[in-house]
Amino acid sequence: VKGPSVEKCGQMRFITAEAKASAGRLEGKLREKTLTLDTLNPQVKAVEYAVRGPIVIKAGEIERYLEEGGTKPFSEVIKANIGDAHAMGQKPITFLRQVVALCTFPELMDSPSFPEDAKRRARRILQGCGGHSLGSYSASPGVECIRKDIAAYIEQRDEGVPSDWENVYLTTGASDGIMTILRLLVSGKDSSRTGVMIPIPQYPLYSAAISEMDAVQVNYYLDEDNCWALDINELHRSYQAAKQHCQPRVICIINPGNPTGQVQSKKCIEEVLHFAYEENLFVMSDEVYQDNVYAPDCQFHSFKKVLYEMGPEYFNSVELVSFHSTSKGYTGECGFRGGYMEVINMDPEVKAQMVKLLSVRLCPPLAGQAAMDVIVNPPQPEEHTFKQFHQEKSSVLGALAEKAKLTEKILNAVPGIKCNPVQGAMYAFPRIFIPPKAVEEAKALGMQPDMLYCLRLLEETGICVVPGSGFGQKDGTYHFRMTILPSIEKLKVLLGKVRDFHIGFLKEYSGLE
Amino acid sequence: MNENAESLFDTDSRHSWNIQRFLSYHCKQSSAVLIHSILISIIQRFTPEILRKGIHGDTMTENGCEYRERVLTMDTMNPNVKRVEYAVRGPIVQRAVQIERELKMGIKKPFTEVIRANIGDCHAMGQKPITFFRQVLALCSYPDLLEDGKFPEDAKSRARRILQACGGGSLGAYSTSQGIEMIRQDIARYIERRDGGITCDPDNIYLSTGASDAIVTMLKLLVSGEGMSRTGVMISIPQYPLYSATLAELGAVQISYYLDEDNCWSLDISELRRALQEAKKHCSPRALCIINPGNPTGQVQSRQCIEGVIRFAAAEKLFLMADEVYQDNVYADGCKFHSFKKVLFEMGLEYSEKVELASFHSTSKCYMGECGFRGGYMEVVNLDPEVKVQLTKLVSVRLCPPVPGQALLDVVVNPPQPDEPSYDTFIKERTDTLATLAEKANMTQEILNQVPGIKCNPVQGAMYTFPRIHLPPKAILEAKEKEQTPDMFYCMKLLEETGICLVPGSGFGQRDGTYHFRMTILPPKEKLKIVLAKIKEFHQHFMAQYS
Repeated sequence: VKGPSVEKCGQMRFITAEAKASAGRLEGKLREKTLTLDTLNPQVKAVEYAVRGPIVIKAGEIERYLEEGGTKPFSEVIKANIGDAHAMGQKPITFLRQVVALCTFPELMDSPSFPEDAKRRARRILQGCGGHSLGSYSASPGVECIRKDIAAYIEQRDEGVPSDWENVYLTTGASDGIMTILRLLVSGKDSSRTGVMIPIPQYPLYSAAISEMDAVQVNYYLDEDNCWALDINELHRSYQAAKQHCQPRVICIINPGNPTGQVQSKKCIEEVLHFAYEENLFVMSDEVYQDNVYAPDCQFHSFKKVLYEMGPEYFNSVELVSFHSTSKGYTGECGFRGGYMEVINMDPEVKAQMVKLLSVRLCPPLAGQAAMDVIVNPPQPEEHTFKQFHQEKSSVLGALAEKAKLTEKILNAVPGIKCNPVQGAMYAFPRIFIPPKAVEEAKALGMQPDMLYCLRLLEETGICVVPGSGFGQKDGTYHFRMTILPSIEKLKVLLGKVRDFHIGFLKEYSGLE
Repeated sequence: MNENAESLFDTDSRHSWNIQRFLSYHCKQSSAVLIHSILISIIQRFTPEILRKGIHGDTMTENGCEYRERVLTMDTMNPNVKRVEYAVRGPIVQRAVQIERELKMGIKKPFTEVIRANIGDCHAMGQKPITFFRQVLALCSYPDLLEDGKFPEDAKSRARRILQACGGGSLGAYSTSQGIEMIRQDIARYIERRDGGITCDPDNIYLSTGASDAIVTMLKLLVSGEGMSRTGVMISIPQYPLYSATLAELGAVQISYYLDEDNCWSLDISELRRALQEAKKHCSPRALCIINPGNPTGQVQSRQCIEGVIRFAAAEKLFLMADEVYQDNVYADGCKFHSFKKVLFEMGLEYSEKVELASFHSTSKCYMGECGFRGGYMEVVNLDPEVKVQLTKLVSVRLCPPVPGQALLDVVVNPPQPDEPSYDTFIKERTDTLATLAEKANMTQEILNQVPGIKCNPVQGAMYTFPRIHLPPKAILEAKEKEQTPDMFYCMKLLEETGICLVPGSGFGQRDGTYHFRMTILPPKEKLKIVLAKIKEFHQHFMAQYS
């Protein structure tokens, strides 16, 4: 069974957003609206965010169509576009949810069905809340006792490298923290405008934030042939090139990589930090996947720890912010929007400015803060809940590791797909060969070739993945990002479908010659 | 580094510097690092907090190594951030936190606790959460409880319904960026009921991380142009400082229109006109923000006034932003909340098809007071469809509003019905909370108006009183010497002497030469009485001292 033709795919896409929009333009003129596409903040217009872009909108439409009884060559849409663990069937960690429930409805403290360990934590969190309620605002940097727990956790993770709780700020997911820091950093005009170095491929939050703030995006390319490793020479090249037209002031690192799944070696991190030190760059290290390392020869090294070990001239001077979140790891609690950042060597005056900026938004959601607290302060071996907690955690991480391997293996068996090992994080970012005929057709439709590929994949199989162009890639190469989150059984089916689709796609566009 | 900051961190810098110098002279680098970290952890454990701070920060210029300038300093920081001010959590609140710490450390003060009347934080002031809401949220957080016999059926059915709408049946999944569709439908029906049947399209509802988030998003869309054509946004003075802070950060032009203090802080259309005409000389006014019921001023707008505002916005092609987060907080007899949406639609097609409106609501205020959940929504009316696509894209970058806050909002718009088991308790809790607030609104106004030199408008709605205070010239002089605004001087003194934390009127804006403070009416009645008595006493003493 074949889905609608490519032209139709393209048209349908236009029918949705674009057609609606062009109708609106007419109406807009008639009504002389105040806020139109012409008067809209131009930076907003420039923002792109592929992870929830046109392909996802399309997936939503197909889902609705299926619900309303429409027929497709598949029975459900599988959203492999976003790292949304629970939506893919991953179960929440019981202990975490027990603590959150206790905090939410403290009458449960009397219930014998809740373990004492959970109650103790909930009581402690509530004691840190105004009026002992999750419903009160917290201080803008977060609940004090949670900040202290986070600092203790970081110290333990980094084997004794000190962490000052007053450098820890709770956030509304890591995205919020990343935006806040970028907002502080962007200034200047023309050639003194702030340049932000980001990896390509990158997580599009960065490019979107940079567009919104009208900063200059400075691309450094990860080395696909070398497992997406970061090459220090490439940093130099990119920095020197950017210096001609902006002032590069920040370097962003995502480790483990999103969408690329690589885990940086300690040596590589040292090189990056040395580079930042030499070139006077502010370092932002996105470490939300720090617990998601699967490859046996890889280990997560925090930028903070490496910086510290490089000696005082580094750790007393390099400005570093690292980000963490409740959304990834083994908890996958995306909906709670919990997260934190630790800032190191930030100018005290700037810090005061940052606190002021955070205070305008009042505070991060308290339920998310509570969830964060459980992550940094999980059951200990001597506690009753430890066994179950540990079992749940290992089972989630074990399954992810297995799925990482499975994905890489199956994809690499497909001719025309090449996939680097998924060392960490939650995604595969395989390179796909797209025949020239298909590239041409895409161009004729005014879309990226990998967008065409992904739209076809969606229409024919119900699988929703994000085109590589949304993350950035070397010119002439094409990729897609898919999560490794579906259950093993489903993932196998999914990968099988991707394989069949790809082979069919190659045949169709090569056979047309 | 700035001199003040340098001296502030002097002690600890030197402290750390000595260790490092010692190490760099006597050890090889690798072992130096090791020893350094050991030393630091020892120091961490045995030195007071103030010494600890600087060890891994703030030591840059004295660390015995070559000088390296920071990347991010006051000089290089985004200049718009510098311009942001947010008094509700400003210097006075920071001082309050310090005092709390000092009290904990055993330092003697003329009071035993700090009372935070600076912010509308209901639960922190002892207001109890609505049981039903929390039951539903607990059920959603930990669905095993659905088997628990102690939870009422109506709470369970709501929790099940919410979870069914979540990815994987979990609050832990991202929702769509606009918010869970089923919850948007519930909100739309709620708005229709509130507005006497005027239709509401769920596609026009956007859930948000508290109302603040949505307000910032809308303003972000609206700001464009350079120089004369830069977007100007009309805001009331006094205003809730989220508006001024956001405009500063976005580099938009703030257009102040003054509320009429002598007339119960009412909004006067001729004042709108004056402000607009003046602003047109230097910017392009494109939006008009209204807070109703008023924050910090507590007035509730009459229907007639709202009609006037809408007519004005239509004539001047202004985008209307109606901040209606206090819509359930109306206390005064003869006052009633009218939503802008309803009034707009009752004014006929000429307006209802034309005027662009965004209205905002939140879980933080009203009888819920659930600030910490950061739940909220906005409804957009007549938004250009192309712009709507852009709005959806913009909110998608932040993925989604917190799902527990969304769930809470769903229960707020879909509370227990008369035939459900939780109905009686729910109604009782809601009525009690609102009645207590009404009583406190009255009491506050009454007591403050008895104090010579304090004049307080009736608190018709919302959660604050914003009395005018008379400050003697001598006090004003002293404040100027201290480089403080006179009302900041007053509030600081009040804080130091009584432990009561208020926000000076200057943080909200006020007519030149007038002084105010904002205080919440939220403390429990008995405490509120004490607070008001203390203010009374302080004010009299203050007047005596400076006259």
